[in-house]
Amino acid sequence: MIRRLHTWLFILLLLASVAMGVVLWQLRERAHQRLLAGQDSAPTQAPVISPEERATLLVASDADSSLQPQELILPLPQDMGSRARVILGKLMDLYALPDAAHPVPGGAASIGQVFLLPAINLNASPAGAAPAPRNPESAAATIAATHGVSSTRSNAAQGAAATTAPDTGPQLAVVNLTSAFVASHPSGIEAETLTVLSICGTLHANLPSVTQVRFLVDGQPRATLAGHADLTRTYLVEE
Amino acid sequence: MVALDYGVAPEVRFLSVRLAIRSLHFWVVAALFLAPTCLPAQQPAAAQPQSPAPPAPPKPALPPPAPRFVVVLDAAHGGDDPGGKFGSLTEKDLTLALGVRLRSLLAARGIAVVTTRESDATVLPERRAEIANHAAAQACLSLHSTQTGSGVHMFVSSLAPQAPARISAWKTAQSAWITRSLALEGVLNSALLQAGMNVTLGRAALPSLDSMTCPAIAIEFAPESAAKDDNPASALDDEAYQARIAEAVAAGLLAWQAEAHQP
Repeated sequence: MIRRLHTWLFILLLLASVAMGVVLWQLRERAHQRLLAGQDSAPTQAPVISPEERATLLVASDADSSLQPQELILPLPQDMGSRARVILGKLMDLYALPDAAHPVPGGAASIGQVFLLPAINLNASPAGAAPAPRNPESAAATIAATHGVSSTRSNAAQGAAATTAPDTGPQLAVVNLTSAFVASHPSGIEAETLTVLSICGTLHANLPSVTQVRFLVDGQPRATLAGHADLTRTYLVEE
Repeated sequence: MVALDYGVAPEVRFLSVRLAIRSLHFWVVAALFLAPTCLPAQQPAAAQPQSPAPPAPPKPALPPPAPRFVVVLDAAHGGDDPGGKFGSLTEKDLTLALGVRLRSLLAARGIAVVTTRESDATVLPERRAEIANHAAAQACLSLHSTQTGSGVHMFVSSLAPQAPARISAWKTAQSAWITRSLALEGVLNSALLQAGMNVTLGRAALPSLDSMTCPAIAIEFAPESAAKDDNPASALDDEAYQARIAEAVAAGLLAWQAEAHQP
């Protein structure tokens, strides 16, 4: 015989189970509604079309071992790191063309990221860094003079001025290259040096605050680009 | 055997023998100490009354020995590091071939040569610089090859020149030798131009070159004319072309040797 206490206890638990089921159903409905509401309110922003600006690329030529300034109109984002990546990507696209004067396969995908950091104080370095010139044309000329490559004067400075960001002090640009680019890069002192110098010069020509450049490959330090050019050192654009 | 009996006890005999030996030892030592002081002092030769000997003719002053002229030849890459690959050719083989050819030419001209490798061996950049620095050489040449561009490319370290210091950093040791390296580059450039070569000069950041404490240059030879050669790799392997480069570089090093020995 079932005792009365057990009967009431069973009824009570049954009611509690039904109530909990109802509450859970309501919670599920609320979550569903919230999810639908969230999807509806998700900002579907139209893709931002960056304004087109002039950029100066220092394009290498194997024939005469020179860096030639070349102006292009490019849509450039406002973020400095993204801007540097777009500009270097365009430079790599030029090198990937079939009739390039400095043929290097890979294209824009060769540049993984470009990070901008406060510059390292290298005043005590044995290399004796000179203060960075603020004029991109003079920087290109300095690179050309000290590395024995020729540079053609043009109105590159005016073109670069349009893309110049507010000066935030000397900056170190860390360029992260892809391993595929490094593996396919032509081997040779001249070829590798021209690639490194054109990247450094192009960065400084368009972002004058960049006075130092370092390189990584897939996020890791690497001894040389393709067996010759040193990638472990910090390149000074005024070198 | 008959034992002598002197009529004294054996202990007394033993003591007297020891005493005699000790006194003999004393006198011998004393004689050795006193002997030099008892010898007459030697008279100076000039005081002797003999007739003066004819003055010896003054010996001609010998010129100071010329510093040994040493050239370090660094055939780049090798072993596990093939360098550039140009079809069936590899840069390590081309640089070794040029290095062997140049070494023979220099040795025939009486120039001491130190090489970083004589075979297909792996030599780290630090070891190459160590060999060059220990040789105390007057010229260090790092030999490379490429199929990019044309002619001969010569590179000096892109480090900024600095005054020599007692202690220099390993990675920038070449900065104290930049001026001499540029001078060597000028001499070799003249020799290569005289040989009809197309020469390109430049500055580069090369790990082994930056650590050398000698006039150091990287010489990279490319096909003689990129426009003419359909197959750059075969142009690099042309023995006549390599021989012309080696002859010109050897002539340039001879001129550098003459310049180094000028007072």
